[in-house]
Amino acid sequence: MMRAEPWQKAEVPGPLKASVITKPEVVVAMVRRARRPLLIVGPEASQAGLGDRRLIDYAVLIAKAGKMGVVATAQTVGEFLKKGFQGAVWMPAMDIANRLCDPGWKGLDGAGRYDLVLVGGIHYYVEWVILSALKHFAPSLKTVSLDRFYQPHATWSFPNLKVEEWLKQLDLVVSGLEKTGG
Amino acid sequence: MKKSLHLKVKELKTGLGVFRDLELVLGKTITEPWEEPQGPTPFPSAVDLRDWDLKLLSRYRPFYLPYCDLCCLCTMGKCDLTRGKKGACGLNLAAQQSRIVLLACCMGAATHASHARHLVEHLSKIYGRDHPIQVGTGEVEVEAPILRLVCGIKPKTLGDLDEALDYVESQITHLLSATHTGQEGDALDFESKVFHAGMVDQVAMEVADIAQVSAYPYPKADPEAPLANIGFGSVDTSKPVILVVGHNVPPAAYIMDYLSENSLQGSVEVAGICCTAHDLTRYNSKAKIIGPISWQLRFIRSGIPDVAVVDEQCIRTDLLSEAEKAKVPFIASTEKQCAGLPNRTGDPVDEIVKDLVEGKTPGALILDPAKVGEVAVRTAIEVAPKRRKFGALPGQDELVELAKKCTECEECRRACPNDLPIPEAVKAAASGVLTGLADLCAACIGCARCEDACPQEIPIHSGIVKASEEKLREEAYKVRVGRGAIQDVEIRKVGGPLVLGEIPGVIALVGCANYPGGGREVAEMAEEFLKRRFIVVASGCAAMSIGMYKNEDGQSLYEAYPGVFDAGGLVNVGSCVANSHIAGAAIKIASIFARRNLRGNYEEIADYIHNRVGAAGIAWGAMSQKAASIASGFWRLGIPVVVGPHGSKYRRMLLGRKEVESNWYVYDARTGEKVYVGPVPEHLFFTAETKEEALVMLVKLCMRANDTAKGRAIKLAHYVDLHKRYYGVMPDDLHLLVRKETDIPITLRDEVMEILKAEGWRERETPDPTLLERLAKPKEAR
Ligand code: SF4
Ligand code: SF4
Ligand code: SF4
Repeated sequence: MMRAEPWQKAEVPGPLKASVITKPEVVVAMVRRARRPLLIVGPEASQAGLGDRRLIDYAVLIAKAGKMGVVATAQTVGEFLKKGFQGAVWMPAMDIANRLCDPGWKGLDGAGRYDLVLVGGIHYYVEWVILSALKHFAPSLKTVSLDRFYQPHATWSFPNLKVEEWLKQLDLVVSGLEKTGG
Repeated sequence: MKKSLHLKVKELKTGLGVFRDLELVLGKTITEPWEEPQGPTPFPSAVDLRDWDLKLLSRYRPFYLPYCDLCCLCTMGKCDLTRGKKGACGLNLAAQQSRIVLLACCMGAATHASHARHLVEHLSKIYGRDHPIQVGTGEVEVEAPILRLVCGIKPKTLGDLDEALDYVESQITHLLSATHTGQEGDALDFESKVFHAGMVDQVAMEVADIAQVSAYPYPKADPEAPLANIGFGSVDTSKPVILVVGHNVPPAAYIMDYLSENSLQGSVEVAGICCTAHDLTRYNSKAKIIGPISWQLRFIRSGIPDVAVVDEQCIRTDLLSEAEKAKVPFIASTEKQCAGLPNRTGDPVDEIVKDLVEGKTPGALILDPAKVGEVAVRTAIEVAPKRRKFGALPGQDELVELAKKCTECEECRRACPNDLPIPEAVKAAASGVLTGLADLCAACIGCARCEDACPQEIPIHSGIVKASEEKLREEAYKVRVGRGAIQDVEIRKVGGPLVLGEIPGVIALVGCANYPGGGREVAEMAEEFLKRRFIVVASGCAAMSIGMYKNEDGQSLYEAYPGVFDAGGLVNVGSCVANSHIAGAAIKIASIFARRNLRGNYEEIADYIHNRVGAAGIAWGAMSQKAASIASGFWRLGIPVVVGPHGSKYRRMLLGRKEVESNWYVYDARTGEKVYVGPVPEHLFFTAETKEEALVMLVKLCMRANDTAKGRAIKLAHYVDLHKRYYGVMPDDLHLLVRKETDIPITLRDEVMEILKAEGWRERETPDPTLLERLAKPKEAR
């Protein structure tokens, strides 16, 4: 396992850095503890992974098992449809992040604020600045990066992982959620 | 020229008669025969347009994306500004982000202002201060829309441009001072100042470009400006080659002059990178363009150039040492980039040439552009047979051996701005397969960070260039030479269809070449809009990237589409400073088509453009501080700008909230009533993650409150079509964008009506829209 340092080496943040997910159970517990979790998935989710195990496939499983709302950024909504998953709402990454920083925003369904965001599949540096915005301007929101690279502005992030290791962690997140789901 | 006194008198009655619009400038009297009355804000101060800015900023709130949690600008710091903590001076993180944006915009505006100042001084010296401003041959009456609008002046000669530059320089000083510790501390006030910096930057750019267009034999607003050659392959490498890099054209122009005065045109190649290349082809279309800014290393290392001449802006600061490695004599030619070289300006040409040819010195600083012209040509001719195109690239076998040292540590990839899969490519190269490295070339921005990061010192970028050498040498395309301004007659023709929405919009593709996945995407975007009969304008590196692509018929887009400012036209305005003509065109629509007063009337014209002119900019590879200030100038005019993924690092977006109804009211100028118009345009500054997202957003951002039903239907048809094509679903905001049933494209009527019904949509009126209460009739006057 690689050290918890930003994948793009110069992208050092500040004093407050993401805790490293050493066990996937952490993610499962966070989802279970959250009142209103949200999953944000970007266009790289269709490419990141190996063979027929892409991040977008995990996103579908996580969304279903965690019973959470899904925002698909850029053209990812079409990718979800190709997977037969209808539950994703289209919204640009900048727009969803902006709304998450608004304490008055009531969510995609109008049912209230989110308290946990899982995010993955957005360009590393774009996700980096978005997580920075959320860290500073939505301080009560917990954020988890599902990508295989350390995202220092998240609340929790995987360290930089080899693909196989990362997919193994995601498998465990999915199975953990499936086991604890009711 | 320094002025201690500047007096303006609206009307002066004397014994000699009545003088109108009298201006006294340091004892110089100017009486302007300009019938248009002076508007409310000639030469606006940093606060004169603050109300307008705050109006825009209340619709388009800054969304801060901090790029650093700290501030280190003074020695009380570093200060940790995380999560609401304040710095020792009391500053918060939002204000710190906007402060950095302001700093960046001041740098950008100062760079254009300095460039403009140099050009005006230089050209005035050569052609005289009385040389007339002449940006079009008879077809351009409004010669300087930005100067008229912002400064309230109508420049007639090169000398008249001084006044505008004095203003720009004073404003940049004020703005820069606001970033000092313990000055401005409010984020929105910083943002207003950012807009101000962008506006004065447009003044500077317009001064620079109209000065050079007037003095030099550039195309003057000519839609049929010639086609020039672009790409590595356009250069005849059997000849001595002079490379020019930068933005300030006089040294390069003197190179062309020296060649023609000495009947050497056919025997030496002059090729440029970045905006000097654009401007040089405007000067003489026989000059070649190599490509955008990111082509510097690959061209120098290839060994093709025999001399490198740099002027200013966006030059790699290590280009001298790169040139040394390839034994390319290097000439720095402006005080802004001395490169640590000895100042040889006063030395005889023979001596400088001898030293450069013999390699006694790697380069020279020569601050006399005419001398640069002679030294560059003579050096190139003498050194070429000695150099024999000596390059700094490894041979193929050497490259394979070097690649074998790779330990797959991934440091290169982690240093690469585009996260390119370099380790895999190097691994393949170690086994003799170079295609992986070659495949990286298109998305590589030529930064060489990978090389510095590699602990095995593998020259990765050189490897990429070597592996792609054959392909690079085949790069030969056509680009239309920058034409400068848009003609008044073109504005008259498209003004109606644009304002009514029947031409779906003006798309400006601008900015640097810091693309996330190569320049091809820029050309593809341009082609998509051209096919849809938008007006497509381009400048700078983006204009080059558009040319470096061939369509199915083997033509570049400049060959396939006309250079007119009309539906389906592709207009290359020219270099960075020619961006002023894009803003100028929008301004001229308000003035020439709608006959609004321009003079010192910024707020009203910006309000007109924001509500009526469906224009949007896309800076897919925006990188520099100049790009930041250029964008800011468009924001103040109410024109939205989309940036590519790297643009997310500009520290904040300006985003509308389409679902917040109260944000989308305007005054109806006819009645004075406040009327809901929907989220048009939805954003002022937006990062798109992908080309597809950019296309969909840009089409939407061309909608305006004033669109007629026919116009809105056309725009909606494009929006729905692209949305469905790329996202596979209908847009979720049609109920906000359709005002009446007649807005719905006929072919989509049933489908859209069903969506609207589900949303509880109701028809609404289209007002005569304005954000300015003073322009709306009071209720009692109805
Ligand atoms: S300028 Fe203010 S925030 Fe920045 S280092 Fe100084 S005291 Fe700290
Ligand atoms: S030179 Fe090219 S490959 Fe190397 S880091 Fe820069 S962009 Fe990446
Ligand atoms: S940094 Fe050098 S050694 Fe490491 S993977 Fe890249 S090329 Fe190989």
